[in-house]
Amino acid sequence: MTATQDAPAQIPVTVLTGYLGAGKTTLLNRILTENHGQRYAVIVNEFGEVGIDNDLLVESDEEIFEMNNGCICCTVRGDLIRTVQNLMKRKNAFDAIIVETTGVADPAPVAQTFFMDDDVRASAKLDAVVAVVDARHVLQRLEDTEEAEDQVAFADVILINKTDLVSVEELATVEARIKAINPYAVLHRSERCGVDIAKVLDRGAFDLDRILSLDPHFLEHGHHEQECGPDCDHDHHHHDHDHGHDHHHHHGHGHHHHEEDPHSVKSISLRAGDLNPDMFFPWINQVTQIQGPNILRMKGILAFKDDPQRYVIQGVHMIVEGDHQRDWKADEPRESRLVFIGRDLNWDVLKDSFQACAAQ
Amino acid sequence: MPTIAPIDVDGFVVRAGFLKDSAWFATGEGEIAFSGTGETRCRPHKAGLLAAECTHDATGLITSGDDGCIYRTAGDGSSVLVAERPRKWIDLIAAGPSGAVAFASGRTAWVRLGDGREKEFAHERAVGGLAFAPKGMRLAVSRYDGATLWWAGTDGAPVDLRWKGAHLGVSFSPDGKYLVTSMQENALHGWRLSDSQDMRMTGYPAKVKSFSWSQKGKYLATSGANAAILWPFFGKTGPMGQTPLQLGTRGDNLVSAVACHPQEEVVAVGYQDGMILMCRFADNAEVLLRRPGQGPVSSMDWDMAGDRLVFGTEAGEAGIVSLRD
Repeated sequence: MTATQDAPAQIPVTVLTGYLGAGKTTLLNRILTENHGQRYAVIVNEFGEVGIDNDLLVESDEEIFEMNNGCICCTVRGDLIRTVQNLMKRKNAFDAIIVETTGVADPAPVAQTFFMDDDVRASAKLDAVVAVVDARHVLQRLEDTEEAEDQVAFADVILINKTDLVSVEELATVEARIKAINPYAVLHRSERCGVDIAKVLDRGAFDLDRILSLDPHFLEHGHHEQECGPDCDHDHHHHDHDHGHDHHHHHGHGHHHHEEDPHSVKSISLRAGDLNPDMFFPWINQVTQIQGPNILRMKGILAFKDDPQRYVIQGVHMIVEGDHQRDWKADEPRESRLVFIGRDLNWDVLKDSFQACAAQ
Repeated sequence: MPTIAPIDVDGFVVRAGFLKDSAWFATGEGEIAFSGTGETRCRPHKAGLLAAECTHDATGLITSGDDGCIYRTAGDGSSVLVAERPRKWIDLIAAGPSGAVAFASGRTAWVRLGDGREKEFAHERAVGGLAFAPKGMRLAVSRYDGATLWWAGTDGAPVDLRWKGAHLGVSFSPDGKYLVTSMQENALHGWRLSDSQDMRMTGYPAKVKSFSWSQKGKYLATSGANAAILWPFFGKTGPMGQTPLQLGTRGDNLVSAVACHPQEEVVAVGYQDGMILMCRFADNAEVLLRRPGQGPVSSMDWDMAGDRLVFGTEAGEAGIVSLRD
């Protein structure tokens, strides 16, 4: 019984989003059948036509709870709170939780559940939001619906599936469009969700660390090696095309381009050196209070003056959560980096007010 | 000095109680352990057990599980299937008069009456809790944006009690005059049933997950703060405008479970670190019943005489505290 004397570890939770037919269930079944020694509790919204073969499978009707705090975007999934609490009565039966959402689900309440409900927070932590998109249909979905855009914007990992059904050029267009919405997600390509499961699960710390090493502007100029490790399965030869395509769009058809639509989702990356915490915290609280409905996700790694530890921060809409992570390494530049993904965000205002938080 | 007889259980104690003289413990792993003159163990569900309640006549336990089944188990460990909803997780149950059993999953509640008839009660939003009224075949269902009072035996018109937000646990006062719910927010809500007057009981740092009425229903003891919070329900206006008692205050720990003594104005208070105190209402005198253990106290109950207290924790510890030798 000595093992249980330690503080109980939080169970990692992976959220799968994606439109109907994109391949969520295929990915889920791959995760469950691959021999990795992990036991999963799977929460699905409805039993689909494709069977899911797992011991611990829970059907859960989506129940959006609004919180009585006057905040319109503070919503949680009541059914998830209940299901996670019920699962915790059988902690020994599983190692991780996978939540499959419906195709049209807004990912915000799902993610917020893991920040806002104290009981859920104590027992589980959001590891990653994984979006599965269908390479052939995703551009149309993004045109038609806000949910599709939200799902891409929310994702930590995006699986571009069914790549065998599109041409190299079409795929490049899809990737460029997705990166324009969310340059911070890790992209993987697959046919029939054939992706190394290790790249989808147990991402937590890794994905947050990427924020520091990743500059979205590098990507636009094709320095993809910055992102991919040696085991990267992307074929790098098409990046020239990627770049050319983007370039073409910016200068040729700018008025059609999504970035010209002020309501479409885009990302903002802010950088500074050491910050003054007495300036930063009131600022981030104010930004998230006022702009919360427009902020889909926010992540950052921060250096506070005279603080030897890295401070990591993340948020969904108005919710902000932060904590010390670890000491800054000797060879690591002390740099604060904060990224926002959202709609109608004013880059200039955010940049100037963020930089005003720099330590003197 | 109280003594503790530890009981071996195989996991998270969902509920512990007494069936006449026999203590029982139901765990999330699916085991029910009875400890009386001897020990009996059984496992009615295929997998996990989600909820357990004593029947009204104290002759058996009603349990529900993630196999969609509801069983009635007697003290000798024999079980009979009461109802089944395939593929549903039945996580809410309540035992009613004349062998009635209420259960719920998602947005639907059902009552299975003692004669085998079943009634279904559909709600627009999630059901959060179930409670039978102290008298009559009346079922309260807490739900999103309020609670509904149904007549379980007849087709009488339901009564809607409205209050915005998600209502979870629900309990009638023993005199049937009040209905109290715990909410997703860290608060209780109550209604005086004579005129549907609302009562708000706020100020908790955590969700209220355990409530217990003191003898004669004078106080409602609750978890969710760093002391047991006891709201006065005597007098015409109940807790309105009153300050609750705060018993067993600890600076560094939240109360996770409460159980009022059946005879005296005394409450057993269980904490997140597994400690259990017994506190007297009149002067807040405290007696240590159990030192901190490995996990939060998840369930407690007294026997009829108030001589013995059963407890269980989330970390799979359980035992019987005896106040007399």
